[in-house]
Amino acid sequence: MKNEWPLWEVFIRGQHGMSHRHVGSLHAPDAEMAIKNARDVYTRRNEGVSIWVVEARHIAASSPSDKGPLYEPSESKVYRHPTFFDIPEEVGAM
Amino acid sequence: MYAQMIKTAGTGVKSPEEMTEEERRFQARVDANEKIEPKDWMPEDYRKTLIRQIGQHAHSEIVGQLPEGNWITRAPTLERKAILLAKVQDEAGHGLYLYCAAETLGVSRDELTEQLLSGKMKYSSIFNYPTLTWADMGAVGWLVDGAAIMNQVPLQRTSFGPYSRAMIRICKEESFHQRQGYDIMMKMAQGTPAQKKMAQDALNRFWYPSLMMFGPSDKDSVHSAQSMAWKIKMNTNDELRQKFVDQTVPQAEYLGLTVPDEHLKWNEERGHYDFSEPDWSEFYDVLKGNGPCNTDRLNARREAWEEGQWVRDAMLAHARKKAAAKVAAE
Repeated sequence: MKNEWPLWEVFIRGQHGMSHRHVGSLHAPDAEMAIKNARDVYTRRNEGVSIWVVEARHIAASSPSDKGPLYEPSESKVYRHPTFFDIPEEVGAM
Repeated sequence: MYAQMIKTAGTGVKSPEEMTEEERRFQARVDANEKIEPKDWMPEDYRKTLIRQIGQHAHSEIVGQLPEGNWITRAPTLERKAILLAKVQDEAGHGLYLYCAAETLGVSRDELTEQLLSGKMKYSSIFNYPTLTWADMGAVGWLVDGAAIMNQVPLQRTSFGPYSRAMIRICKEESFHQRQGYDIMMKMAQGTPAQKKMAQDALNRFWYPSLMMFGPSDKDSVHSAQSMAWKIKMNTNDELRQKFVDQTVPQAEYLGLTVPDEHLKWNEERGHYDFSEPDWSEFYDVLKGNGPCNTDRLNARREAWEEGQWVRDAMLAHARKKAAAKVAAE
């Protein structure tokens, strides 16, 4: 059996009210150690108030080659943005 | 630079006509400053070269803990000790960010470690010099980290996403390293005559090895063009070395210390300092393994790896046992 510790992806909540953000990865034998290591590697300067770790092999990712079919359809849908609509000035803030 | 003499894989820069369609599209993305991410298509030589470069950079951070670790128990005050500990801990962190970036290219952490321990991969020549006095902690922070910053700041814009992001994190922390070093130098240079002498001695010993960190002169640096076209090398060795000298000489003057180079002179016409090149035969000799501390450094890493083996195995066995018990209970 391979004896390298599994790879974990680390997500940190920077401040209260913000969402967790991916900051990097590390190796650890289990989730408990992954959180301890993440605290040492990624929060040495008050970068976080909460840590999530997830084993990298559990992450499903979209493929770069699907970029076109996945994201191009939204490019033509300009009406999804509020600036598409001209509202007369006299209507006031909207 | 923490990565020196990286051999660029491949046959050199190809013209658009020589490139395959995939290579052309890749180069266009690099030219447009788009970041290349691990799952994107990339030339095999780009991948190989980056593994060498990021791996060597990571090894340098890890081995770089040793010369400074040498002084943790002998720091002159508790405050200095806490600062040095924090700095050495940062170096470990930098190594880890970089190993993770290299791993996204398909090499495993154990493979990288094994290649360092077998001598197949190198680390920066600078860490093969000894740290003989407390003033060396000042010189290392000021000059060695200063030289590293010169190279790492432009690398924040490198084309490979994970490498660029690691560099951004590292640069944020690196400025603390250089300042704490200069702070030590100021204290020593303004101290007793004996302390000032120690500061001068540290500068004397670390000046040329620091200049060597940028790698050989451009005329002898045959692999640069392809790495620059791929944006994994952002400036030439001589450009960065000149920038380092221009920035560092006034800092030495402020300390009242003398840069150990009788040919050092401001060149009005060029707008730069003229300076002597380091002894390149010494540089190649250190890279070959014949520096003052090569054997000690590698032995320390091997010992740490081998003596940590039972801890790594035990923790993994414990984690597997716990996971199995959890499955059984469900």
